Amino acid sequence: MSQTSVDDLVEARSEYSAGFVTDIESDTLPPGLDEHTVRFISARKGEPQWLTDWRLKAFAHWKTMPEPTWAHVHYPPIDFQEISYYSAPKSQADGPQSLDEVDPELLRTYEKLGIPLHEQAVLAGVVNANMPPAPSMGSNVAVDVVFDSVSIATTFKEKLAEAGVIFCPISEAVHSHPELIQKYLGSVIPQKDNFYAALNSAVFSDGSFVYIPKGVRCPMELSTYFRINERNTGQFERTLIIADAGSHVSYLEGCTAPMRDENQLHAAVVELVALEDAEIKYSTVQNWYPGDENGKGGIYNFVTKRGLCGGARSKISWTQVETGSAITWKYPSVVLRGDDSVGEFYSVALTNNRQQADTGTKMIHMGKNTKSTIVSKGISAGRSENCYRGLVRISPTAENARNFTQCDSLLIGGECGAHTFPYIENKNNSAIIEHEASTSKVSDDQLFACQQRGIDSEKAVGMIVNGFCKEVFRELPMEFAVEAGKLLEVSLEGAVG
Amino acid sequence: MSLLQVTNLHATVGAQDEQKAILKGLNLTVNPGEVHAIMGPNGSGKSTLANVLSGRPGYTVTEGSMHLADADLAELEPHERAQIGLFLAFQYPVEIPGVSNMEFLKASVDSLARARGEDQTNTATFIKHIRQLATSVDLDPQFLKRGVNEGFSGGEKKRNEIMQLLLLEPKLAILDETDSGLDIDALQVVAEGVNRYKSENNGVVLITHYQRLLDYIVPDFVHVLADGKIIQSGDKSLALELEDKGYAWLT
Ligand SMILES: Nc1ncnc2c1ncn2[C@@H]1O[C@H](COP(=O)(O)OP(=O)(O)OP(=O)(O)O)[C@@H](O)[C@H]1O
Ligand SMILES: [Mg+2]
Repeated sequence: MSQTSVDDLVEARSEYSAGFVTDIESDTLPPGLDEHTVRFISARKGEPQWLTDWRLKAFAHWKTMPEPTWAHVHYPPIDFQEISYYSAPKSQADGPQSLDEVDPELLRTYEKLGIPLHEQAVLAGVVNANMPPAPSMGSNVAVDVVFDSVSIATTFKEKLAEAGVIFCPISEAVHSHPELIQKYLGSVIPQKDNFYAALNSAVFSDGSFVYIPKGVRCPMELSTYFRINERNTGQFERTLIIADAGSHVSYLEGCTAPMRDENQLHAAVVELVALEDAEIKYSTVQNWYPGDENGKGGIYNFVTKRGLCGGARSKISWTQVETGSAITWKYPSVVLRGDDSVGEFYSVALTNNRQQADTGTKMIHMGKNTKSTIVSKGISAGRSENCYRGLVRISPTAENARNFTQCDSLLIGGECGAHTFPYIENKNNSAIIEHEASTSKVSDDQLFACQQRGIDSEKAVGMIVNGFCKEVFRELPMEFAVEAGKLLEVSLEGAVG
Repeated sequence: MSLLQVTNLHATVGAQDEQKAILKGLNLTVNPGEVHAIMGPNGSGKSTLANVLSGRPGYTVTEGSMHLADADLAELEPHERAQIGLFLAFQYPVEIPGVSNMEFLKASVDSLARARGEDQTNTATFIKHIRQLATSVDLDPQFLKRGVNEGFSGGEKKRNEIMQLLLLEPKLAILDETDSGLDIDALQVVAEGVNRYKSENNGVVLITHYQRLLDYIVPDFVHVLADGKIIQSGDKSLALELEDKGYAWLT
């Protein structure tokens, strides 16, 4: 466990306020990855044989796969044997049965991060003075919290159960709803999909599971909060959301990690399934530790996210605000299989200092009259590299498909890079595909014009950047939109002289 | 005490290795309640003076001093100069797409209030006030919703600057060719705005090429700036004389 005190760390880099370490005893697997590691994780979670086999199959395949190199990112080779694949706070060994059993040290961690884990207080309408509801999130949000490799608390479980909504750690769902897991796990992102998805399939530790029954509008926002605490651990969470016919759910994901000099790997998989007339709105505010201004440390965020619009008139909407991580490699995608289904991708990706991001989406049109919208806003500052990579594929079966793509880049300073790689594969003549792109710069004249009216340069950049991102922020749930705006300003600290 | 006191001001422009001297010993005193017009040939340093006073990056003061009331401007950041009441209406107002005029102006008003230790104006009051001001300079309040100067015509940009002047009520207003590119009606609107702003507590520095503006805003002093110095000062009749004879007889 790290001996570095929270205060030292916070002082060392005050911009990243989530960068503290929680001093807690952990049960951490030594670094290394082989079949035993995979079996150990599966056994630790008491998984049924089919799932152990499923993991082993993924692992066997992963060993044959080369690491992808096509992304516009650069980093020294990752030694997968140097990573620990499992870490759990010791006090959680038997799993918390209720919030009362959650280690108070953990609760304090989340309080500090602004994540409300105190549902009793909120439910009873009595707010304890020592634990006011976090201002950053509304009180009507159910939260699942994943700390390193395990889920430590899921709030509002009962209220959700009344509506028939299942919201629990995926490790729990394996036992409580095996039929759903067996049917849908890997149904959108197969084990062999790509290098990091295969790795995740082999060693995934925990994550959230959501099932919304037919015709149900989920009564509250669902949210998962991910936190990496332990040193040298990877986080391989796996999220699965199923919206049954005619249902509706809005899901929020947030993440932070302590500041460490070493790079840490985060290779998550998120699968969404929307059946007929169902709608899933998935929002992410990603604020993993980005490394220091010289590019030392930070999270490698190599994530596979894909949704399947399986039924007619279904809709999946991804909204992401990516400000953290040393490297982001992520393409939340939608497979539009149902006729008249709709896929959306709204993204703000901000890179500062030495951060690198290669992010975008894939919209795979298969059904008739399918529609997709892509709005990507890339902001590069410092010496960072920011890249949009997107694919719009219209299959021969996708009569009357439509896509609209808008890709805007904003540069701050002269040492950063912005790139766009929009790919279009059109196999159906009835498709209408529109693409707009722009690149602009925050100019010295603009900054001076603001300063001359009394607005300091950091506030000015914040205002300009927020204006640039407006179309995406509009898509975020209210509490997150405010948070996201502030996060951008914090992430840009030091971007202007 | 004078409002603006510029003494023997020397300033250069450009990067460190290729600095070019523009202001070469400029003196100017503006007392509260006074209007000073500054005229002079193209490239003589008029905008440079405005930029140096307001702290635009890229300029270096190499000698002399500049004070606004008792504050040494050289010691203040550009936004701090604005916060103590220095206002520059730009010769070429810049566009800031994505940031609405309304949002920009609220941020500006709030920053100034904060610097003075005052409370922020409540948003509803602010909106009402700014709408009235827009109308008073002949701008449709719809302009407030658009990006700052985004797609505004030349004349609309200039009227927007005057609206900001009326909103912020600075101690000293420097207007850099606010009359250029205006049609006759707009010129009157702008002049009327400046006259409305003027009081015995504040001062105006009008940079202009045209005597016409001075028919509407009557200056107490007219200065000729040439080659980085004020080479002639007089009352409003000097402007008429310049209109007649040009600058050649002075230099
Ligand atoms: N950033 C700069 N780099 C190089 N030269 C500059 C810069 N800014 C101003 N100058 C030069 O300084 C001189 C004075 O310019 P300034 O803009 O102050 O003139 P002005 O009196 O306002 O002219 P005008 O009447 O045409 O507006 C000009 O020769 C101009 O080219
Ligand atoms: Mg000029």
